[in-house]
Amino acid sequence: MEAWIQLVFNLGLPLLVLIGAYLTGTAIERRHFRSLRARENASRRFLAVTFPYFPEDREVVASELVTESIVVSIDHFKRFLAGLRMLFGGRITAYETLLDRGRREAIMRLKESSRERGFQAVINVRLETSRLASSRGDRGVAGVEVLAFGTALRFAR
Amino acid sequence: MFLSNTETIPGKTTREFYGVVTGSTVRAKHVGRDIMAGLKNIVGGELTGYTELLNEARTEALDRMKQQAQSVGANAVVNIRFSTSSVAQGAAELFAYGTAVTVE
Repeated sequence: MEAWIQLVFNLGLPLLVLIGAYLTGTAIERRHFRSLRARENASRRFLAVTFPYFPEDREVVASELVTESIVVSIDHFKRFLAGLRMLFGGRITAYETLLDRGRREAIMRLKESSRERGFQAVINVRLETSRLASSRGDRGVAGVEVLAFGTALRFAR
Repeated sequence: MFLSNTETIPGKTTREFYGVVTGSTVRAKHVGRDIMAGLKNIVGGELTGYTELLNEARTEALDRMKQQAQSVGANAVVNIRFSTSSVAQGAAELFAYGTAVTVE
């Protein structure tokens, strides 16, 4: 009887955490992608380019350095799957979608905060990704930070 | 102080160059935030505590760079770059650098 309880505790609990992480993690990710699509459509006319100049010839009256970032991590279940994937090699979709989320969110924040501050475009957009080391070492992956920065412009009427 | 990651300040003329100016800060996460982020790490998504922490640190690195530019008599920093490196487990260095210039 006692061995049975112990088995439930040793196997069942981690499994429960894994399933819980899968369900919540997937829901959070789906909601994030939905919000990204909506915001990207809404801000389509606000240009953010990687050129060091604005493609149209317009008089600039003000400019400012803008930086926006996000730290994202994947859920335990996907980390577990990715761990399995590392045995066989190949594409790890879980990390692909994580980086996609991070980059798109960082660019969206860059556009949104520039627009809120009254700018009309962002030029010279750069993206940088860095892995955050956890204080517990490799066991506790803290996530990745995506930084987006550029120069916001305000044009003369 | 004008800041830009382009080679010039858009709409302005560069007059004088003062060379590279840098600013950096090394930050460690504090325990409270680490526990919260650890919990958030189970379900995934944005770790807001860390995003804020790194933003604060980056702002400080930029401020230090601006101070250095001011002390050499510049009124702008152009071609700004950022870099992040983890110097130890749980600590990260945020570094900003650029070229100090005067513009008008």
